[in-house]
Amino acid sequence: MQHTAAAPLRPRVPKWLRSALMFLGIVLVLVALWEGYKAIGDATGGKIPFTDADLPVRPDDTSMPHIADIFDSLFSPVSRAKNAEVLVVLLLKNALVTWHRAFAGFLLGTVAGFGLGALFARSRLLERGLMPWVVVSQTIPLIAIAPMIVIWGGQGAWPDWLVRMFFLDATGFSVAVISAYLTFFPVTINSLRGLRSPDPQAVELMRSYAASETETLVKLRIPASLPYLFTALKISATASVIGAIIGELPAGLGDGLGRSLLTFSYYYISGPEKLYAAILVSALLGIVFVGLVTLAERIVTKRTTRPPAAMGA
Amino acid sequence: MTAVSISNVSKVFNEGSPDALRALQDIDLTIEPGEFVSLIGPSGCGKSTLLRLIGDLLQPTSGSVTVAGKPAQQARLDREYGMVFQAATLLEWRSVLKNVELPLEVMDVPKAERTAKASRMLDLVQLGEFHDHYPWQLSGGMQQRVAIARALSFEPSILLMDEPFGALDEMTRERMQTEVLDIWSKTGTTVVFVTHSIPEAVFLSTRVVVMSPRPGRIADVIAVPLGQPRDTDTREDDAYYEKMTEVREALRGAGVT
Repeated sequence: MQHTAAAPLRPRVPKWLRSALMFLGIVLVLVALWEGYKAIGDATGGKIPFTDADLPVRPDDTSMPHIADIFDSLFSPVSRAKNAEVLVVLLLKNALVTWHRAFAGFLLGTVAGFGLGALFARSRLLERGLMPWVVVSQTIPLIAIAPMIVIWGGQGAWPDWLVRMFFLDATGFSVAVISAYLTFFPVTINSLRGLRSPDPQAVELMRSYAASETETLVKLRIPASLPYLFTALKISATASVIGAIIGELPAGLGDGLGRSLLTFSYYYISGPEKLYAAILVSALLGIVFVGLVTLAERIVTKRTTRPPAAMGA
Repeated sequence: MTAVSISNVSKVFNEGSPDALRALQDIDLTIEPGEFVSLIGPSGCGKSTLLRLIGDLLQPTSGSVTVAGKPAQQARLDREYGMVFQAATLLEWRSVLKNVELPLEVMDVPKAERTAKASRMLDLVQLGEFHDHYPWQLSGGMQQRVAIARALSFEPSILLMDEPFGALDEMTRERMQTEVLDIWSKTGTTVVFVTHSIPEAVFLSTRVVVMSPRPGRIADVIAVPLGQPRDTDTREDDAYYEKMTEVREALRGAGVT
């Protein structure tokens, strides 16, 4: 019997392109859902189709501006003042300022979190004593603590050399501390897990080499903890941005995404698209930050992880 | 000077508490340098515990353990032995070469010497081509060979092995047994080998120590004068089968089956 010729292989689409196209596809679906919801609302006069009940979110242009209008506002001047900047430029400048503070908070929180995790890994006594307080710290609403931190900053609580190390001023550093407050918890928990993750046999091996506790920490526990740490860092990346934005409000700073969000929410009635645009840019900041952490993770662990099983042809 | 001297050793876990466990009772054993001694017995008989007592990874409740003429703790601090477990326990973020270099790093051996020693050991276990591979790229048998190379990289006088081939398939297991004997004859290391396989114990050892179920005691010590070098022909030898029967009888006598 003759073998039939093998079907020609489909051209291989590179994985990154596939992911990008999927992402774009999902965005388009979301846009379609948004506009579709508004269209239904226009057709039924704000009611759920076939009923007399109101739609949960009003589909009028003030509550839900058209996507096209949101994009339009991004590339228009932000106000009617003479030298008003284009909105997207203003937002990106503010995003950078916020990210500066968020990144400082991210670094502070990561160092503090890892230090705590290492401390707890070493001493179960300390872990049992302090962990409940660590958990409690996260249950206190940030809105309550943020003004306190700003006041401490105003009274000179932050050492000068530390503030300058991050190229900030005292108020900006207060925002970083608020950001660090949200950052350190996932890092503490995951560092602890990661540092404790090695097999007991691996620890026995180090003992058989008469390795000191420090050597075991450096050569065994810390490398083993990296996958856990990076998981936490992705969470902390977004948490640090949120912390910075929230922190900017009581700090009364004139710039940053916190200020933008506040201003545009005050003037919502006259320009709802601007608030949505600011929200989009804030989300984008978080996405980019997580992307950077993921990139760092890939670089650090590139040779040591099994490549995922090849899919399809 | 004996390689290992165990005198009147007992080990009780959680002594004094209601869930106290008497793992070992009145163990007396002497191992001469260059011997290949297997510890065989049913699960829970304390053979792994005994191995860890030799390695000072556990301390005896009573009695004394002397290794290379020193108390067990000093022997550990002086790095007198290398250890191989059932799981290869390689560090997955290090290459094969760097895994073998690990003990040498802890011992502050200078870089060039480290690499030379590690390379030599990898050649000995026939993995000279795999320096830059990572553990996940190797089969189970290959990973164990790296673990053996690592245990020998600093040339200890004693090798402690805890069921190192337990997780391998039968063919690989037999091959690894021949390789271990080869390494043993080339390096002259004293080997203490824990197993629950009768064929493995008899094939590898100069002496087989038969242990009873918990609390572990030494039921019998059987010499295995099958001559060297041992290979597949040995496995088909009548004397080999007779020795295996002798060990099996000793195990039965100890209350195993």
